[in-house]
Amino acid sequence: MRESTFRTQMIEAREAPDQRRGISGWLRANLFNGPLNSVVSVAVIGLLAWILWPFLKWAVVDANFLGSTREDCTGSGACWVFISARFESIIYGFYPAAERWRVDIVFALMAVLVAWLAIPRLPKKRLVGLFTLVGFPIIAWFLLLGGHFGLPEVPTRAWGGLMLTLTVATVGIVGSLPLGVILALGRRSKMPFVKSVCVIFIEFWRGVPLITVLFMASVMLPLFVPGNVEFDKLLRALIGIMFFWSAYMAEVVRGGLQAIGKGQNEAGQALGLGYWQRMGLIILPQALKLVIPGIVNTFIALFKDTSLVLIIGLFDLLAIIRAGLTDSNWLGFSTEGYVFAALVFWIFCFSMSRYSQYIERRLNTSYRR
Amino acid sequence: MLRPSTSLPRRGQGPLWRNPTIRALIVQAVLFLILAIFIGYLVHNTLNNLEARGIQTGFGFLEGRAGFSIPQSLIDYTSDSTYGTTFVVGLLNTLLVSALGIVAATLIGFAVGIARLSSNWLLARLATIYVEIFRNIPLLVQILFWYYAVLRALPSPRESLSLFDLFFFNVRGVVMPDPQPLAGFSATLWALLIAVVATLLFARFAKRRQAATGQALPVYWIGAAIVIGVPLIVFVASGSPLAWTLPELRGFNFRGGINILPELVALWLALSIYTAAFIAEIVRSGILSVSHGQTEAARSLSLPGAITLRKIVIPQAMRVIVPQMTSQYLNLIKNSSLATAIGYPDLVAVFAGTTLNQTGQAIEIIAMTMAVYLVISLTVSFLMNLYNARTLLKER
Repeated sequence: MRESTFRTQMIEAREAPDQRRGISGWLRANLFNGPLNSVVSVAVIGLLAWILWPFLKWAVVDANFLGSTREDCTGSGACWVFISARFESIIYGFYPAAERWRVDIVFALMAVLVAWLAIPRLPKKRLVGLFTLVGFPIIAWFLLLGGHFGLPEVPTRAWGGLMLTLTVATVGIVGSLPLGVILALGRRSKMPFVKSVCVIFIEFWRGVPLITVLFMASVMLPLFVPGNVEFDKLLRALIGIMFFWSAYMAEVVRGGLQAIGKGQNEAGQALGLGYWQRMGLIILPQALKLVIPGIVNTFIALFKDTSLVLIIGLFDLLAIIRAGLTDSNWLGFSTEGYVFAALVFWIFCFSMSRYSQYIERRLNTSYRR
Repeated sequence: MLRPSTSLPRRGQGPLWRNPTIRALIVQAVLFLILAIFIGYLVHNTLNNLEARGIQTGFGFLEGRAGFSIPQSLIDYTSDSTYGTTFVVGLLNTLLVSALGIVAATLIGFAVGIARLSSNWLLARLATIYVEIFRNIPLLVQILFWYYAVLRALPSPRESLSLFDLFFFNVRGVVMPDPQPLAGFSATLWALLIAVVATLLFARFAKRRQAATGQALPVYWIGAAIVIGVPLIVFVASGSPLAWTLPELRGFNFRGGINILPELVALWLALSIYTAAFIAEIVRSGILSVSHGQTEAARSLSLPGAITLRKIVIPQAMRVIVPQMTSQYLNLIKNSSLATAIGYPDLVAVFAGTTLNQTGQAIEIIAMTMAVYLVISLTVSFLMNLYNARTLLKER
């Protein structure tokens, strides 16, 4: 703007654009397209060499994988024997060895159901979804807990490891989604009392940390029931987790409900449909589909936060590994333990997040730049 | 064949339960009854249980002597202090780690978020890897990792790692020089305050002047010069009234200097790194949310790149970024309660942990702890609603 609007002399001709292709062309275009970028690229390569190589050397090259005692760790790197030696307990916790097939069946059933729901090409999504929400928990309950049909009872005290982590996550997911939908509908209700109950419920749980909820579940819930009733520790934690996450789920679903035009509801009214018919047949199918990424993100957060049950003394995956670290035969392997726990959680969360991105791309059919 | 009905039912006729107003009333009355009975049942059980266990209700216990020590306290605290003081100590420690975490997470988050949009392929990939690794690992695992695998693995005080012989890293935490203000130091603080106010006034003046005349002043440079320069001059002129106590190794431990607990360092690192991954995503999506047409329009007005960024892209991106960022800050504050896993003396660890175990006043203590977090959350969301109303897209 400091120059005058019209130029008085010709601008010098620019160099022709670089036409080189292949690796050198790509490097030039993406890594060394200017002095600053070149410096940054060299710095990043240096950083990677400084962090990544020692880590790989520690975790893979110099590491020991096989064996049963710490004497088997002869390399200078990681001692994964610590994990492989207690792999069974990391998966099943203290579940009796003779009954572990029950856990395997539940795992397999869950894998099939999740895969069915996740792969868009498979049919009968609604039926399978309903089964996952209603039938599967009942089957899993009878199989895992036992005490019926000739299966010996395995008290929840003995549950642990990855199995407990998945149980808490599944119950949290299966419980919080329907509750969240109801709360979201209630929050948009025109009835003032219903609305304020839902708003207070949602804002309360969203305002406090999960850890205080778990503390509340473990110290306050026993006071709420008549003195002679035994209240299972796991069940208390599950109730807390379910309420807590249903509030978050409600906010996600509310976002979807708000995105559906008013005309949809009015069209339903004009057809003479009642409230639940309009919601169940018209509004919710559209709204829930819109917020699938948000729901999956809440699932991821829920899954990560299952590790918090460690603090109230349940032995989930992280707690089992942590307990193993205090074993006097295995002192000093905390890095291996926590890196392994991180890896397991990461695999679950990362695959869920990739799936949510995939769904987002599938649903987003709008014009993209 | 469809035949028009000759006698349409009039509004208000028909059975009572078909009337929407009455039906809404009935539904709400039933919900109210169910809730009232349920809550009444819980209260009844609780009172019975408390009586059976012989627990007194009420907040009288806050006056009692605590009798335990807390490793880090921002106010005067001894084991002779009251339980009420443990509440304040824990709250201040929570706020301390949250404030530190918010600053660090914002800095890292912005850097990583912008790096993800960099044209440098390697840098963008590195930032993506950072985000994907750290936001997909539970915070608790990260806290335990930093504490047990990194900080607990540091050498003993005698073999501390040192940085310029001023900072020492060992298994008991970080030791750093301790600034001791001498007489006359308050002049520097006053100078800083005056400089900040002067800069704000100057910025307002410059804005008005630009609006009136179209001429811009280098506000950032002049402002930075005032804020840094004036206190510095006052500090030197008053004879540098600040003494540093340097840490010294005496026997098995350090004397002098500030000792930062390893728990605080671990919690701070984990909270910052974890939250930064989320902030980076928010920053990236915020910048991407500004329609490309805006940048193109700016370019066709021949605005330079820096001004396009500062005056066009960032103000619009902030509208998307700020609300999400606030909710991340709230998450960070709530997540700081995981301190209890490694024993950093925050509100949950001290008050809902030790104090609860000693007094057994579960209901009062959990309610007070939850109330603290609720008040923080609700205040921040109230402020956020005000901000949203102010920055709402004004459509004409």
